[in-house]
Amino acid sequence: MEEIEYRTIERVTNVLLFVKDVKNAGYNEQVEIELETGKKVSGQVLATNEDVTIIQVFGETTGMNTQTTKVRFKGTTFKMPVSMDMVGRVFDGLGRPRDGGIPIFSDEKMDINGSPINPYAREEPSEFVQTGISSIDCMNTLVRGQKLPIFSGSGLAHNKLAAQIVKQAKILAEKQNFYVVFGGIGINSEDANFFVNEFQNSGALERSVIFLNLAAEPSMERVILPRLALTAAEYLAYEKNAHVMVILTDMTNYAEALREISAARDEVPGRRGYPGYMYTDLAGLFERAGKVKGKEGSVTQLPILTMPSDDITHPIPDLTGYITEGQVVLSRALDKSGIYPGVDVLLSLSRLMNQGIGKDSTREDHRSVSDQLYAAYAKGKELRSLTEIVGEDALSKIDKQYLHFAEEFETRFIKQGFNEDRSINETLDLGWELLSSIDKSEMKRIKPEFIEKYGKWKQI
Amino acid sequence: MEGKIIGISGSVVTVSGLEDPMMNNIVFIGEKELVGEIVKIEGRNAIIQVYEDTSGLKVGEKAVDSKEPLSVELGPGLIGSIFDGIQRPLDKILSKEGTFISSGIKINSLDREKKWHFKPKAEEGKAVEPGEEIGEVKETSLIKHKVIVPINKKGIIKKIAEEGDYTVEDTIAVLEDDKKTEEIKLMTKWPVRTARPVKEKLSPTVPLLTGQRAIDTMFPVAMGGTAAVPGPFGSGKTVIQHQLAKWSDADVIVYVGCGERGNEMTEILTTFPELKDPKSGKPLMDRTILIANTSNMPVAAREASIYTGITLAEYYRDMGYSVAVMADSTSRWAEALRELSGRLEEMPGEEGYPAYLGRRVGEFYERAGRARILSGKIGAATIIGAVSPPGGDISEPVSQNTLRVTRVFWALDASLANARHFPSINWLNSYSLYTDELDQWYRKNIAEDWPELRDKSMATLQKEAEINEIVQLVGYDALPESDKLILDVARMLREDYLQQNAFDEIDTYASVSKQYRMLKIINQVFDAEKAALERNVPIEKIQSVQVKPKIARLRYTKEEEIDAKIKEIEKDIEEIKKTNVEK
Repeated sequence: MEEIEYRTIERVTNVLLFVKDVKNAGYNEQVEIELETGKKVSGQVLATNEDVTIIQVFGETTGMNTQTTKVRFKGTTFKMPVSMDMVGRVFDGLGRPRDGGIPIFSDEKMDINGSPINPYAREEPSEFVQTGISSIDCMNTLVRGQKLPIFSGSGLAHNKLAAQIVKQAKILAEKQNFYVVFGGIGINSEDANFFVNEFQNSGALERSVIFLNLAAEPSMERVILPRLALTAAEYLAYEKNAHVMVILTDMTNYAEALREISAARDEVPGRRGYPGYMYTDLAGLFERAGKVKGKEGSVTQLPILTMPSDDITHPIPDLTGYITEGQVVLSRALDKSGIYPGVDVLLSLSRLMNQGIGKDSTREDHRSVSDQLYAAYAKGKELRSLTEIVGEDALSKIDKQYLHFAEEFETRFIKQGFNEDRSINETLDLGWELLSSIDKSEMKRIKPEFIEKYGKWKQI
Repeated sequence: MEGKIIGISGSVVTVSGLEDPMMNNIVFIGEKELVGEIVKIEGRNAIIQVYEDTSGLKVGEKAVDSKEPLSVELGPGLIGSIFDGIQRPLDKILSKEGTFISSGIKINSLDREKKWHFKPKAEEGKAVEPGEEIGEVKETSLIKHKVIVPINKKGIIKKIAEEGDYTVEDTIAVLEDDKKTEEIKLMTKWPVRTARPVKEKLSPTVPLLTGQRAIDTMFPVAMGGTAAVPGPFGSGKTVIQHQLAKWSDADVIVYVGCGERGNEMTEILTTFPELKDPKSGKPLMDRTILIANTSNMPVAAREASIYTGITLAEYYRDMGYSVAVMADSTSRWAEALRELSGRLEEMPGEEGYPAYLGRRVGEFYERAGRARILSGKIGAATIIGAVSPPGGDISEPVSQNTLRVTRVFWALDASLANARHFPSINWLNSYSLYTDELDQWYRKNIAEDWPELRDKSMATLQKEAEINEIVQLVGYDALPESDKLILDVARMLREDYLQQNAFDEIDTYASVSKQYRMLKIINQVFDAEKAALERNVPIEKIQSVQVKPKIARLRYTKEEEIDAKIKEIEKDIEEIKKTNVEK
């Protein structure tokens, strides 16, 4: 590709360059900016016309000027070299090695923005992923090819939960081609170290590709990082037939970076200053999860985001929830009362659950147990707030059973150890055990034959 | 004359040098010939919204005006297909291009090779008007495709093809009008942004039956009506849309997945061919057209997708069919509009949406309706639009503009969804402005007392809400017995009637007659218990008759067994009537 060099920078802002009189710049074309010092920074064309071309700089614009800074147009969109050598390596937000190793050289290069999967080419995700966590496996089942985010708040145990899922999901999948792609977006070095250590302990590190952009590093890289991570994942899944789990944390930092660029471009802001196209932009990432016809591999996404002031209606969790196939919500109240993982079962949801459960994949009674546990817990919680007003004595016998059930459900079913790996059978049996503290006649959501077969009520 | 690209900003491209560019004409952009539409003209420059990914497009590349507005191809072969937002067939794209959709793909919407069996229905020498039926093609096991005279043509039939097999491009008739001859083919074209004409719009009198109790009983939508389904994420909008697409008694379903999840479209694609239409026993795919422009597909095509959908619907309406359009979600369409408006640097209205949002929403829903079509027959197009308000707060512009023009409002409620009460249609906030018009139909076709039963049940639910407020203050035990009874009955209505399990083989669909029987028996139990209470029988004693578990099972009872079960419950009601104070 011919590269053309320009020295016609007209304006520099903290994230954008305005270059004059560029001939034939391509939209989304990759550029390289060379400073007087010889330092090179990359960027991308955001908009172009005959007079001026706007470039988004991935990194800081510190040291750039209108006189000596050079801009080279690469003639192609941002492409990433891909090969199996990526596995076991750590890269930065632009795909450069940060583990001291050599860069990836490969003839095979993939566009980091990917292309939309033809909806007709998709295969319905239906393979159960056992995470060993009851509140997920039984109540919000994860399936291969799903995108299931963790909605958390600052200070909650989302990192621990994600690490536990990777560790335990890996075990059953070991015989198959299983890889982890981890994208740390604007996280602090302690969190980054936590994940790397955990992956090391569980042996997942040698089957993972890690991309890290730390809190102190350029925020513009955060917009690129998840695209690199997903490109690596797609390569492993669709070229190498692997089942890939992608963890992206923290998507809130991603959205912040998006807002920063939008503001710099003087765009009309949407809600809370986030750009109006944030839905489309996030969808461009999350929709890259899936399973397609004729290929064995799959891309499963577990993005993590921290909800600003625990507000689920904030634009970031709100838009994410509209795109993803459900969400696992962590609750501060549960966390405060010492319950790990503090999954708020009532607010959580897995939209693809039905396809992944039942006779042929988990157990025939799975749907019924899950529905009944859900209903009973919802009722118990409702009564809990009622007793705060009228006292427990005012409750009927049945209501007291529900109240007690809710307590047990939280401390025995939701709560489990960081190293506690429950099989789906254990989880479902535990569910039956807890349900049996409520009168059998209340089991409206379970088919009678399942009560016969699995119920744990004492015969009277 | 060829134009030249002079500016690119996302999906908006500026072109100069086109000869006499016209608004809304299609322009092929760049070497790859991406499809775009002229949305603004400034002097000699045309601003074009491009329906495909513009990455890599360069200033200086060519642009060619097609001199035609954005149109869809109409003809046999639409049913059972899956298209993207600008009617490109996704199945053919897969076999041609592989898993991913790239830019610049050119594939005809309708198959040019396939032959259809045409039967003429008019004789040579007959004078025909636009919209008149001149032949028929069996398109699928469920749909007879009426071949109608295109809307801009009329005259005397000079020639009509004999019964036989023809492609969509073969001439099947020749008309002569004022010495001019016009060839008619199985395929025609129509610009998507223009509503197809009808003779007159009629008022809706027949319900679109959906098999969903909360809808058919409480908040029915009329055939040819409009309904809005707003709800936060996870409240079950898509499941409701899927349920209506599966079970509603329209002849043709057009399902528009507008900016939503890819896997949801896959779900339809995998389940519909296996599901059977309850009336005919034929596969549901044989009456369904899918339009999929998922959230990661180009945003401009998302904007076009709902127009493509409604145009296809109007086309089948013009054959005299009842068509239902599910648009999921119109919020994504509005957001596409906002994004494009932003790129055009238009002055924003509320929340960044363009000032013309309300007008566009109104225009779209106005294309619904029950109508006397050009041939004099009656056809209908119903629109059911999902709305995804940010944070579930319907005070935002898309919800508000939609509610202004739609006549049914199914308010999906996050707290009901969180309690797994599905469909999570809130019975206190929702409404249907068609109930009065449809009551007559229900009286005549189902039962004379249907409207009264509905109103009575609704009153019980209203009362429950009031009593619950008191319970919050004084506790359940302090309630008078009569109130306890109401709570009891309301619970039955909620759990055993309004709740409906879309994933249960039997519960997923309830015929209106099953609905009527269920509702009637619940109210009979209520009356009997109330009468007993008035005879001073203690509530514990009344409730010792185990009628509730039987009512709870009705949902899961097959249609043909429902009568037997109702008889059993009627016996229990007799028991309740016999209860007295003494023993």
